[in-house]
Amino acid sequence: MTPPDDRSGGYRDSALRPYVLTKGRARPSRNTISVDTLLIATDPPPPLPVSAGRQERALLAMCRGLLSLVEVAARLELPVSVVRVLASDLVDSGHLTARAGSPRSAQLPRDLLQEVLNGLRAL
Amino acid sequence: MASVPSDGSAGYLPETVTRSVKILVVGSFGVGKTTLIGSVSEIAPLRTEETVTQVSEGVDDLTGVDDKRTTTVAMDFGRITLNGSVALYLFGAPGQRRFWDLWEGLAEGAAGVLVLVDTRPGRLEASFEVFDQLELGIRLPFVVAVNHFPDTVPHGADELRTALDLLPETPILDCDARDRASALNALTALVQHALDVSADRPADVPQDIPVA
Ligand SMILES: Nc1nc2c(ncn2[C@@H]2O[C@H](COP(=O)(O)OP(=O)(O)OP(=O)(O)O)[C@@H](O)[C@H]2O)c(=O)[nH]1
Ligand SMILES: [Mg+2]
Repeated sequence: MTPPDDRSGGYRDSALRPYVLTKGRARPSRNTISVDTLLIATDPPPPLPVSAGRQERALLAMCRGLLSLVEVAARLELPVSVVRVLASDLVDSGHLTARAGSPRSAQLPRDLLQEVLNGLRAL
Repeated sequence: MASVPSDGSAGYLPETVTRSVKILVVGSFGVGKTTLIGSVSEIAPLRTEETVTQVSEGVDDLTGVDDKRTTTVAMDFGRITLNGSVALYLFGAPGQRRFWDLWEGLAEGAAGVLVLVDTRPGRLEASFEVFDQLELGIRLPFVVAVNHFPDTVPHGADELRTALDLLPETPILDCDARDRASALNALTALVQHALDVSADRPADVPQDIPVA
């Protein structure tokens, strides 16, 4: 797959595609998946229903290692909103495991901020 | 520039990573956001799309006649794995008003915002609307980094603070977005500031709105 390495600033307008790819739903079944939520395919993987589409299969194949939602979207060249819907279905069905991304609350725990600060200083 | 491996075999996070943190990098057109993210990211900066629903009010494109419409905007991002347990994601978002809906989604739960400004003549004004949104809209901790171009004339921090109408406690620093150490220094200053600000708040009391 060619990387979405478009530095020209151009972007594809895909206002219709999200509805087609997600079978008519624009919203994920759960709203806990954020751009930086970490995803990995469940091991061993439960069998996929035969109805699973190309996008779901591609997403699961991509998630054989740990990646954030936004990285999966960029690598699959799909809008984040589409991958969010597909991923939350696959989490619900047990095919994908999600690790906490940024909290919905506005404030980050201090220990996490401190860990980030220490980590940046150690680079 | 490096690209995502075509077989997808590399570029995965270590499985020891359990948490992720976001930082937003914002600033006016061409200020150096993508450059800064590229300087520090361990992956080639990636570009993706987010669909945002915009309320036409306040949108600088007045062709929209509906109350709401959906637009697709591009954002770029990079990644730094810290201590093998936290993945730090940097999101570059354009500063213009019509991108503010994108910020809102990205800002939720973010550690803070690194604001890049270009102080060359005629360029600073483009940053004003960025600060409007930071102070009135998303209200996350932020620091201001002056990205130095060859013809940037050094200004004192006080002069800039006045010109941008910033609070005394908002850190202002210099940076060269092309330089990894300089870019990391700016990120470190931001996280330090976010910690300082959170220390001012009563512990263990959940607050809906962070103090900027
Ligand atoms: N001299 C100098 N040039 C820089 C610096 N940072 C960025 N540039 C150059 O400025 C131009 C714009 O930088 P970008 O990183 O693309 O800016 P941006 O904020 O991502 O721009 P948009 O996404 O278009 O809003 C590029 O040609 C960079 O090479 C810097 O610190 N010093
Ligand atoms: Mg850019």
